[in-house]
Amino acid sequence: MAIGLSKKEREVLLDPLFHNNPIAFQVLGICSALAVTTKLDTAVTMAIALTLVTAFSNLFISLVRNTVPTNIRIIVQLSIIASLVIVTDQILKAYFFDISKRLSVFVGLIITNCIVMGRAEGFAMQNPPWISFLDGIGNGLGYSIVLVTVGTLRELFGSGKLFGHTILPLVTDGGWYVPNGLMLLAPAAFFIIGFFIWILRTLMPERQEKED
Amino acid sequence: MKFLLDLHNRLGKWFEKGAPLEWLHPLFEAQDTFLFTPDTVTEHPPHVRDGIDLKRLMITVVIALFPCMLMAMYNTGYQAHLAIEAGCQPLNNWRTSLFTWMGFEFSSRNVFACFVHGALYFIPVYLVTLIAGGLVEVIFALVRRHEINEGFLVTSALFPLILPATIPLWQVALGIIFGILVGKEVFGGVGMNIFNPALMSRAFLYFAYPGQITGDNVWIAAQTTPDGYSGATWLAVVKERGLAGLAHPDLGAAHANLTWWRAFIGLEPGSMGETSALLCLVGAAILIATGVGSYRTIIGCFLGSFVMAELFNLIAYLHPGGNPYFAVPFFWHWVIGGFAFAAVFMATDPVSSPFTEKGKWIYGFLIGAFGILIREVNPAYPGSWMLAILFMNMFSPLIDYFIVRANIKRRMARYAA
Repeated sequence: MAIGLSKKEREVLLDPLFHNNPIAFQVLGICSALAVTTKLDTAVTMAIALTLVTAFSNLFISLVRNTVPTNIRIIVQLSIIASLVIVTDQILKAYFFDISKRLSVFVGLIITNCIVMGRAEGFAMQNPPWISFLDGIGNGLGYSIVLVTVGTLRELFGSGKLFGHTILPLVTDGGWYVPNGLMLLAPAAFFIIGFFIWILRTLMPERQEKED
Repeated sequence: MKFLLDLHNRLGKWFEKGAPLEWLHPLFEAQDTFLFTPDTVTEHPPHVRDGIDLKRLMITVVIALFPCMLMAMYNTGYQAHLAIEAGCQPLNNWRTSLFTWMGFEFSSRNVFACFVHGALYFIPVYLVTLIAGGLVEVIFALVRRHEINEGFLVTSALFPLILPATIPLWQVALGIIFGILVGKEVFGGVGMNIFNPALMSRAFLYFAYPGQITGDNVWIAAQTTPDGYSGATWLAVVKERGLAGLAHPDLGAAHANLTWWRAFIGLEPGSMGETSALLCLVGAAILIATGVGSYRTIIGCFLGSFVMAELFNLIAYLHPGGNPYFAVPFFWHWVIGGFAFAAVFMATDPVSSPFTEKGKWIYGFLIGAFGILIREVNPAYPGSWMLAILFMNMFSPLIDYFIVRANIKRRMARYAA
């Protein structure tokens, strides 16, 4: 992976996966991580949608970064992101209507996702297009890792399934697994993300804050 | 004794810093301070103003819980036997087999038989709590190098008492592991936790596996479903039909001769240890007399629930025919459900309640008020005290903050030049 990329490009792409994970370390984009992760398919769809939106918004914003006056840059960024989100939403509605229905407003709410705005403002405004695009992909993938992990755990332990296929047969269907109802409630995602952060920080002692 | 102490101290050398068994030091320390009074006193909260050893503090709570534990065993058996005498089948499990193998009969008049039958439910739950929770505690003590703490002894004594008798043991284990891990250890162990770990454990089970911890079929250790014998708690009955509902003939013998006194003594279905307001008051007397539990919190709870219940009574008086629960007077609220147990043993947890004396009044009062509010307004959450206390746990640092600020302001005004 990442062959043919320079060191800087590789770093921009891979760093956000774990080392500077947007959810775990920057604590951005938590809301959708709570809302769309009860089922794995919605989590994956959301992850892909957000990765693409972040990547392309970074790309386009980086392209226009030198021509946009500073005092209206947020509006320009927003209109670019909004257009991308609308395109994504329409594609989902056209080809994946069922999932689109279940994601409901959360696709539209990608526009308010702090990762997209954060990367646009924090990275794309200062960097050339290609590397901004990679940064968007990297951060989107960092987000996806958390989303897919949370989605997997919640669907598996909450309803005994993955992608709708039964893995742990439920007691109500004559199996042995008693589903954990907490997993289907939003707090479960908080707990799982909390454990995720805990594990990452334990593995990376340099990311822990110093005690004061 | 001297000989034992010498031997003990010589063994202790192995666990000191630099010695080969250093990593096991927390384990050695735990039994060391358990067997002998340590000569060091702790310097940190929960006992800022007193040099009393944490072990003694926590063991006092366990002693205060003892009457409730005995009642838990008796009442669990008693309720099961009442149901069985009324025609229900005994539960089909090893406990029933063991009970009949030992030659006992399902008789509600035989106090000893009730006691044994209840113990067959209570003791396994207690043991599982101790083992599963203790394991987490020991692992963290070893990894983080902190002492194994008696806080766990209290948590593990509280937790089984607030569970229904029929709870599956694996859920007990999962609950206490979650409570100790997320309720306590992630915050840094005893003294650092924001929430009461026993309540965290129960809250986890309550939301994860509601089928085994709420409803009408979990409280009595007999098959109450098909026989027209209601296994509902009195709380649920009152919620449904008001106080008059307690006299309804459909409910069966568990609810025959319903009186306030019966609820006060605790001969009603419910979580194992929380049915008896009387024994909770005995526990309260022990806690207050020894200074371990704060009377301010306890009285605050009673005051808060009194005021809130009166408010709802007023609404019921002005708009008769609404929610039958609104008309229930405060003295009934105090004896049904988990109120007394929560006020005496849960709210007074020294770690998760405020440290300031005035703060304890506010904290207690709000727990009482919120508990009644949840109980009466939201029928989905009969476990209202658990939620009220967890909610107020969250605010206790804030309450402390304002009390301290207010005090500083007052003093500043007094000495202002």
